[in-house]
Amino acid sequence: MLINGQLKYESQKLAMNYFRVAIVLFGAQLLMGLIAAIQFLYPGFLFELFDFSVARMVHINALVVWMLYAMIGSVYYMIPDETGHEAVGIALGKLAFWILTAAVTVVVLVYIFIQVGSGSESTIWFINEGREYLEAPRWADLGIVAVVLVFYYNVFFTYLKSEKKTGIMTVMVANLFALAGLYLCGMFFTDNISMDQYWWWWVIHLWVEATWEVFVGTLAAYALIKILGAKREIVEMWLWIEVLMLFGSGILGLGHHYFWIGTPEYWWEIGALFSALEPVPLVAMFVHVLYDWGKEQGHAEAGGADTAVKNSPAMAWIASNAFGNFLGAGIWGFFHTLPQVNIYTHGTQFTAAHGHLAFFGAYATILIGMMYLGVQGAYGIKKMTMTFKSKMALFLIIFGVLGMTVALTIAGYEQVLVERADLGGGWDAFFIAQELPWYVQAQAWRLVMGIVTLVGFVYLAWDLLTIGQEVSQKESESVAATA
Amino acid sequence: MSKKSASVWTSIPFWRRSAAWVTGVATVLLIWLTFDTMGQISMGSDEDLKNGVTKRIPAASVINYHIDYQFDDKRGHEVPVIGEKEPFFGKEWSAEEAAKLLHLGKLTSQAKNCMNCHTLLGNGAYYAPDLTKAWLDPKWNDGTMTGITGKASKEEAMAEFLMHPSQYPTHARMMPNLGITKEEAVALVAFLKHMSAIDTNGFPRNFSQSAKRLEGGTHAH
Repeated sequence: MLINGQLKYESQKLAMNYFRVAIVLFGAQLLMGLIAAIQFLYPGFLFELFDFSVARMVHINALVVWMLYAMIGSVYYMIPDETGHEAVGIALGKLAFWILTAAVTVVVLVYIFIQVGSGSESTIWFINEGREYLEAPRWADLGIVAVVLVFYYNVFFTYLKSEKKTGIMTVMVANLFALAGLYLCGMFFTDNISMDQYWWWWVIHLWVEATWEVFVGTLAAYALIKILGAKREIVEMWLWIEVLMLFGSGILGLGHHYFWIGTPEYWWEIGALFSALEPVPLVAMFVHVLYDWGKEQGHAEAGGADTAVKNSPAMAWIASNAFGNFLGAGIWGFFHTLPQVNIYTHGTQFTAAHGHLAFFGAYATILIGMMYLGVQGAYGIKKMTMTFKSKMALFLIIFGVLGMTVALTIAGYEQVLVERADLGGGWDAFFIAQELPWYVQAQAWRLVMGIVTLVGFVYLAWDLLTIGQEVSQKESESVAATA
Repeated sequence: MSKKSASVWTSIPFWRRSAAWVTGVATVLLIWLTFDTMGQISMGSDEDLKNGVTKRIPAASVINYHIDYQFDDKRGHEVPVIGEKEPFFGKEWSAEEAAKLLHLGKLTSQAKNCMNCHTLLGNGAYYAPDLTKAWLDPKWNDGTMTGITGKASKEEAMAEFLMHPSQYPTHARMMPNLGITKEEAVALVAFLKHMSAIDTNGFPRNFSQSAKRLEGGTHAH
């Protein structure tokens, strides 16, 4: 993963840089999660030194930022393939990468060493904004906007330059415009907490349950063509159907966050109806990926080849994405999306269970798949097969995240019944539920499964660093042998 | 799928147009609903409070009133009930003073990163109790926290706790000292009292039923 040797385009070399930082931040996310998980069991751990609030803030920020890095990387990687051109402003793009990386480093150092500020505007500007997921201080917000503008300039104008405008790039260009624009909804301060939450959800929900999902659809479409040689017309038709279903359900599905934040009751019906439909496109995406895989495999076998897959680790992660998205975002989301259920589950570990499996299943998986595609390109490998490390990474990370999700679901279930339904919430109810053995055991299992995930991550990072060299060596040896 | 599609179901232009229409209609509906919601969740005025006009989000000066959370038969869940005037930190705050206090309180809640342990309106992290109705929590009314902090009123007890949380532990899991000043603590209490007056459609449901049941200290914490 450390060399770009065989990549022809600067845009793809830049993509590799984004992937490299993404994987480092992914590691940071897991370490912070580990600290927070330990604190649930041993609250004295790093108390008043590195508190839960700090670990959790860095945990979720590293998550969002590594995903954005991997997303930007994926787009820079596909631009030349989809447009036939180098990104138009590549020098500016490279500069933006270094500026963003420097800014992220400063923000993280401030989070870790300064942690909190006084109750003043200057804290919001320079330390943290204190709004979940959007903690980045305002100076960094403005920096992010500038960097994203450079990125979008590259995407948009390279697209305009291309002779044949592919469906994949058309969806990408339109969707990224919405994705980037939505960030602006999270950049103002208000004394009114309900107003604050209303617009905060415009960013969070319309990212992860609408524009990010369409982004994943676009990546999957690109990857299916790249890995399997799937037929572009079929893939792009599916992509439009997915856009229709994802935006048709996801945009008004936003209503399921407006049940209890001071907003009017009509959001109960709107939110329930549209968010209940949100799993439908995820089923469709799953079916689509498996269909194309089976179809191309059939063609390959009929033609005498043993496999249609040109990059088996990438394909494994993309198939995991197809199912993980449906399971984590679809099923685990649907569990608590109706207001009759949500009044009890809202703000419990149930949400954390869903959050873990959804971010992993819907996003982490496919972005890891894109990294493997990048490695294949960088080493000029014709057919990349899994190593032992690839398999260990795949198995341990999936098993670990599923385990954490099940543990957190059990913790949430106990919390819903004891803290909420039985005792009605509040200080005493909260701690009674937190201290019951069933809850504590669930948290213990979450920690164990978190460690499993971390071990899987070590295999993943190790594999990404070495697989290119290993497989390309084998490939050249076998070429030499046949010659 | 050559030049001409066999059926509309396999026609890319058909699905592209449909996707554009569905997205457009959903977006327009969302914007329309947003305008309506903005009207309903903008903060009420001091006059509304004086005239007994119920707003989903009352003015900051609601801190001068007694707030309760009662079951509403018609709506089928609890709603905040704004009652008679009561002193807040021993005085009545003018509309401007209250607004300033709420501003500082909201800023402090973000500066101290409350949301990465607690939930507010149910959103945030799940390491510490939900703060939506914290002002109404029996813990502050039943003498527990006023006793521990040695303060006469619940607002003073809350402010004292916020300034030195780890001096008053109630469980192994404690709130850390965040360097909250006296002024910020008073403002945070105002922010919490204001939040408890927001109409959250009955969330949390059956708030603190445990209080009645556990009277007499059956749980030895």
